[in-house]
Amino acid sequence: MRIRLNGEMIDTAASDLAALVEDRGFDVSVVATALNGEFVPRALRAETKLADGDAVEVLRPMQGG
Amino acid sequence: MVDFYGRTFESRLLLGTARYPSPEALGEAVARSGAQIVTVSLRRESASGAKAGQAFWELVKALGVAILPNTAGCHSVREAVTTARMAREVFGTPWIKLEVIGDDVTLQPDPFALVDATRALVAEGFEVFPYMTEDLVLAEKLVEAGCRVLMPWGAPIGTGRGLNNPYALRLLRRHFPGITLVVDAGIGAPSHAAAAMEMGYDAILINTAVATAGNPPAMAEAFAEAIRAGRRAHEAGLMEPTDLATASTPTFGAPFSPFAG
Repeated sequence: MRIRLNGEMIDTAASDLAALVEDRGFDVSVVATALNGEFVPRALRAETKLADGDAVEVLRPMQGG
Repeated sequence: MVDFYGRTFESRLLLGTARYPSPEALGEAVARSGAQIVTVSLRRESASGAKAGQAFWELVKALGVAILPNTAGCHSVREAVTTARMAREVFGTPWIKLEVIGDDVTLQPDPFALVDATRALVAEGFEVFPYMTEDLVLAEKLVEAGCRVLMPWGAPIGTGRGLNNPYALRLLRRHFPGITLVVDAGIGAPSHAAAAMEMGYDAILINTAVATAGNPPAMAEAFAEAIRAGRRAHEAGLMEPTDLATASTPTFGAPFSPFAG
């Protein structure tokens, strides 16, 4: 299916958010996730199914002011 | 000691972590200034799945200071609230520096969205540090919404212009004696920070002025000294300026006077 990951259209075989984070090689313990603008806590990633056209954000700690 | 939602700190300097020439310069700036709180953000991982987040987070953790995550770059209540929730999970703190930008040229915070987002986040147990304009009524609304810390701007982010509206900043201090007040943004020189501290501000948040200095660790130390001096002056009680001169040397017994004495 095709989803938008951090603003970029990608193809993925992952059916849920946990699988997507894993598949893309993100650091599971350091990133935070949102699906279609709503925060998805780490514990709920596995039960959060992905659908075609979903927008996923995967954020990490960064320098900030 | 300065109090942020029940946590007390010796240092009244909060440091941003962006724009330093190197991670070492950031670490040394924190060490030499004695800063005990640093701000951080959340940004997108590259879609290819890099792991750049881990290195920066390890560096910040190693500093051993308190973490204040921000919602920089958010333009709506929804974006800011979602980012705050994500930050709480990643950084493990209820603290959030709440930024909701209303204008892209000046990066002026949107006061209406700021109040709405604050209400939503306080209801979820967040301890909100709102990045705000120096407006008195906005401050009232934020305190009503549950803020115990307010962070008015000195000038727009990154401009280094200092305190654009000292009158309004002074009014805020007088109006909210029990609220922790921090000047956030626009500070360019240690003298700006000292001026705010002399007014009775509790702390100063600085990023660009330190990070882009020729020698960031030395500049961080200069800011820390200015902040200490300003605080001490405030506590000591500054004189009131007057228009007319008053001789400081005793006039009685002045030499060559035609009068006795």
